[in-house]
Amino acid sequence: MTTPSPPALEVRNISLAFKGVKAISDLSFEVAPREICALIGPNGAGKSSLLNILNGVYVPNSGEIIFEGEHFHRMQPLEAARRGIGRGFQNNALFSGMSVADNVIAGLSRHARATLLEEALLLPRARAETRRFRERAHEVLGLFNLEHHAETIVATLPYGVQKKVELARAIVAAPRLLLLDEPLAGMNAAEKQEIADIIATLNRELKLTIVLIEHDIGIVLKLAHHVVVLDYGRKLADGAPDGIRDNPEVIAAYLGGDKVEIAA
Amino acid sequence: MNMFLETLIGGLLAGTMYSLVAIGFVLIYKASGVFNYAQGSMLLFAALTFVSLTDQGVPVLVALVITIVVLALMAVGIERLILRPLVNRGPMTLFMATLGLAYIVEGTAQGLMGSQVKALDLGIEDLPIFLGDIMISQFDLTAAAVALILVVALSLLFNKTRLGVALRGVADDTSAALSIGIDINRIWQIVWTIAGLVGLVAGLLWGARQGVQFSLSLVVLKALPVLIIGGFTSITGAIIGGLVVGAAESLGETYIGPFLGGGITPWFAYALALAFLFIRPAGLFGEQKIERV
Repeated sequence: MTTPSPPALEVRNISLAFKGVKAISDLSFEVAPREICALIGPNGAGKSSLLNILNGVYVPNSGEIIFEGEHFHRMQPLEAARRGIGRGFQNNALFSGMSVADNVIAGLSRHARATLLEEALLLPRARAETRRFRERAHEVLGLFNLEHHAETIVATLPYGVQKKVELARAIVAAPRLLLLDEPLAGMNAAEKQEIADIIATLNRELKLTIVLIEHDIGIVLKLAHHVVVLDYGRKLADGAPDGIRDNPEVIAAYLGGDKVEIAA
Repeated sequence: MNMFLETLIGGLLAGTMYSLVAIGFVLIYKASGVFNYAQGSMLLFAALTFVSLTDQGVPVLVALVITIVVLALMAVGIERLILRPLVNRGPMTLFMATLGLAYIVEGTAQGLMGSQVKALDLGIEDLPIFLGDIMISQFDLTAAAVALILVVALSLLFNKTRLGVALRGVADDTSAALSIGIDINRIWQIVWTIAGLVGLVAGLLWGARQGVQFSLSLVVLKALPVLIIGGFTSITGAIIGGLVVGAAESLGETYIGPFLGGGITPWFAYALALAFLFIRPAGLFGEQKIERV
């Protein structure tokens, strides 16, 4: 990816410590528009912490985030959502007592224009918006082949399906940047492949910029355009998947000493 | 048999009054994860505001609108000054904050509106009506009808509007709600306003029965066994819990009371709640995990 356009996201000299323990040290990298950038590294490398900084859950001790040309020392979660940073969580963070459709509709919150009083009194504008949101939600459910589950309560669905619902909720609001924390965790090989295909499709068709964390190195190297390797909060490597695969430092630190063979 | 039915029905109807108080707690507990000790003071404050206005000759509807506006302002103030600064603190910190809030609200009410008992006449006849041989209090019947309307209105709001979707989302998973752009501070303000409105309804009904006075804030203590039995996280639980407590008190007083020398109403509900704590600590409808993470 050698696009001349400015990066969609730039992380610049970010450091984060919890009570003196460094989680991230002076980390910098760029994410180009419309690319899938994978963060890999052992547990405790600071990957999830970084996503939490990007959507405002954690406040970095220093450094800045540049999102679409604007500089932030910290993000506020609400601000991040309103600017179009969508987020999928490591353990599904769905509203488990609600239906699939309601979960996805909730995902549209950042586009709501009707005031809450209009909502409560069911005034025309609120009703029209609700109808529009419902249609949009069903469109997205269609994309994931989830229409027949629309009225199912999320908690009753298998984990793999829930994961798809979470993706649907994250993309329904047409995010400018999608952060995914281990979207394939806890799935069997077939489910992993399905979700990976969906992510690739979202990236290609909807032109979504995606930053994701994933441990399945085989899938990562096929899916991502750009890989950033973290270890103990530091950047170990940063580049195209092919370079990462052959990087001796990465092999030593993360891939366990042996060069892994990845089927093409 | 008639006597049993009469006692039971009277108890159930009285129980809906407890449910009304308990619903205010459940709303706030679900949305902001705090046991709001100030619910009783809010209830008192709401009823007192309304009665003071009508005493000044303000028409009922105008008084109602003004009271609602005052409650909304109070909710916004509480969210800004207490909930927002204390976000992510432990449940005990939040509980202590509401304890302080209770006295501030009560003190403010006393300062503004005086401490004498105010009579409140809602215009409901308190003559009993007869269903066959069974005597039923008309006032209790009205109170039960009001409770029913309130519950239906709340469930429509929660289940049929997008505001309801957002409210349930915040109750279910706060960080997920934030990540998809739900303004949880705004949601807290709304929920506290609604809890204030529920408090107003409960306060007016209780106030019509025993006068609007400071002991009104003590009805919260009646809500505790209701919450323990029904569960802290379910409006259905609050209703069923209220009915159970009402019926148990009434039946207990009639059938067990004589053996214990009478006067068991003040403690019977708490004994029942204690028994529930052993058998079903989360209550009939409560979620097993009480901890919010």
